[in-house]
Amino acid sequence: MEYIPNIIFAILLIIGIAFFTKNVKKLIRNIKLGKSVDTSDHTSQRWKNMIAIALGQSKMVVRPIAGFLHIIVYVGFIIINIEVLEIILDGLLGTHRLFAFLGGFYSFLIGSFEILALLVIVAVFLFWVRRNVIKLKRFLNPEMAGWPKKDGNLILYIEFVLMVLFLTMNAADYQLQQMDVAHYTKAGAFPVSQFIAPLFQDMSASTIIFWERTAWWLHIIGILLFLNYLYYSKHLHILLAFPNTYFGKVRPKGQFDNLESVTKEVKLMMDPNADPFAAPDENAPPPEKFGASDVMDLKWTQLLNAYTCTECGRCTSECPANLTGKKLSPRKIMMDTRDRLEEVGKNMDANNGEFVPDGKQLLGDYITHEELWACTTCNACVEACPISIDPLSIIMEMRQYLVMEQSAAPSDLNNMMGNIENNGAPWPFNQMDRINWAK
Amino acid sequence: MENEIKVPTMAELFAAGKQPEVLFWVGCAGSFDDRAKKITKAFVKILNKAKVSFAALGTEESCTGDPAKRAGNEFLFQMQAVTNIEVLNGYEVKKIVTACPHCFNTIKNEYPGLGGNYEVVHHTQFLKHLLDSGRISVEGGQFKGKRITFHDPCYLGRANNVYEAPRDLIRKLDAELVEMKSCKSRGLCCGAGGAQMFKEPEKGNKDINIKRTEQAIEVKPEIIAAGCPFCNTMMTDGVKGKDKEASIAVMDIAELIAQAEDL
Repeated sequence: MEYIPNIIFAILLIIGIAFFTKNVKKLIRNIKLGKSVDTSDHTSQRWKNMIAIALGQSKMVVRPIAGFLHIIVYVGFIIINIEVLEIILDGLLGTHRLFAFLGGFYSFLIGSFEILALLVIVAVFLFWVRRNVIKLKRFLNPEMAGWPKKDGNLILYIEFVLMVLFLTMNAADYQLQQMDVAHYTKAGAFPVSQFIAPLFQDMSASTIIFWERTAWWLHIIGILLFLNYLYYSKHLHILLAFPNTYFGKVRPKGQFDNLESVTKEVKLMMDPNADPFAAPDENAPPPEKFGASDVMDLKWTQLLNAYTCTECGRCTSECPANLTGKKLSPRKIMMDTRDRLEEVGKNMDANNGEFVPDGKQLLGDYITHEELWACTTCNACVEACPISIDPLSIIMEMRQYLVMEQSAAPSDLNNMMGNIENNGAPWPFNQMDRINWAK
Repeated sequence: MENEIKVPTMAELFAAGKQPEVLFWVGCAGSFDDRAKKITKAFVKILNKAKVSFAALGTEESCTGDPAKRAGNEFLFQMQAVTNIEVLNGYEVKKIVTACPHCFNTIKNEYPGLGGNYEVVHHTQFLKHLLDSGRISVEGGQFKGKRITFHDPCYLGRANNVYEAPRDLIRKLDAELVEMKSCKSRGLCCGAGGAQMFKEPEKGNKDINIKRTEQAIEVKPEIIAAGCPFCNTMMTDGVKGKDKEASIAVMDIAELIAQAEDL
């Protein structure tokens, strides 16, 4: 009978991890719906980007207040995970504070976890204030209405509760250690929870043990639930920021891809030996679609971008179009891409892994023409993103679809393109007059 | 004519068996837009003063394709690109300078993939180089102590990380360089990029160039310096829209240098 807690713990752990794995597989499957792209270049630059931007948070601190608070929560998250390792081992082995043999170092660790936990509580509270009391503009854009706003707050509540449980567990433990209760050997330093411990002062040992165990179990169950909440929330960035910064753009921001499918056609057009009347090879694959109208037309890195986005809105708050009241919001482009990708994924789940056309697509049903044409391609959104997301590339590919597949450019742009075609300038001037300025 | 400027073309030099040090890619705005033509002339005057051997393509130059590409017309872009590359490679061009950040970005970053490999510099980088190597000298003179703010063109700054060359030149004028709230990597777009120059803006509550001009006016400049013909147009319009054209001038860096030199 004494192994029952261990067994229950193992079962919970397996369920938690299995469910998470199932969702990760779904995530990978969905991302792989995107087109392949060669990311084998610039390997050392990519590692550097990952280390500086994701691990080092270098772009978070561009905005010092949010950046500083975020680093607290980030460091807290990573460091406190060492404690989670001990908790998991304790749970499986039925031990208590397995790492206590580390002695002074263990005290140092537990002490730092406690201080970090307190700092995380403060940071999370301030984050909540920024969203709900100060009401920073970037958290109130139209795309944040409803679930995204709730999601953001829910994550803060979960983090807050987890930290409180962690400190409660330690406080009860500390009190039990003071009372020399068996099993609760003196280990660790409790710079924060020693101030909570007096709450347990007048309780009997068994009551305190009940609180200690309750906090311990709720804490680890909470962590498993949070792990599984990630997939359904905007919070996947805590994992995906790392691959996303690795696979992010490594060339100058101004360099847009040259479409290979177009290059083929252009070369054919310029080839004096090409037979314009030649029948296409029967075995030739159908011509590639130009640009993107749905998520499957995008590259897998762009789909990874969409899952990585944590909806912070730094992109939108720097976007010149959005700042001047246009409908375009780069964050909405990423959220729409993810929502559509999820919809496609669910469609596949319901149809034995095959996507059954649902008469919808990213262009039009999620992202409007008006949004796409408002972009100045200024790269402010790309620069602003703290984890190397590129909303501009999605906008560009959808413009390509509009222009090359649907001839749906605004008429002013059609005039401009007509001029370039006819006289090599966006305005109707004669190419022969190009050097008249010198006269 | 008295103010005719000497601009050799590649065709002329090639016929004479000569190869210039650098090709001056004028660009469509620099060739046709009345305001931008002044920038072109100012830059050429400096080139002549510094005795730089240069040439333009003249009637053989054609749009780089940038506005077509940003509008989504990759076909037209690549048609323009391969045609231009054929001309440039035909003349064995090695180095290109241009006063337009859009041409600069396109030729520098997007032509190599289509067979056009050149050393491409923006005119502010080129002027900085002329100055550093002693081929021109600039004395503040009339700009001494003037408040000048530099508006970063997106395709020079964020797109290609060139922030300092234009600022170094302004400092050389002994001017007081003042920075706007959003500058350098966080510089606000003028509103012209991505082919917006050629269309009406989408519905909103303000034009982007007005927003940017307001940021500029906040720092009370006497001159808004630009490094792009399109930014120049947008900022000039913005200053007019704010009824400030009497007190704030919008000038290209090349014009500042040429004027400081009494060219």
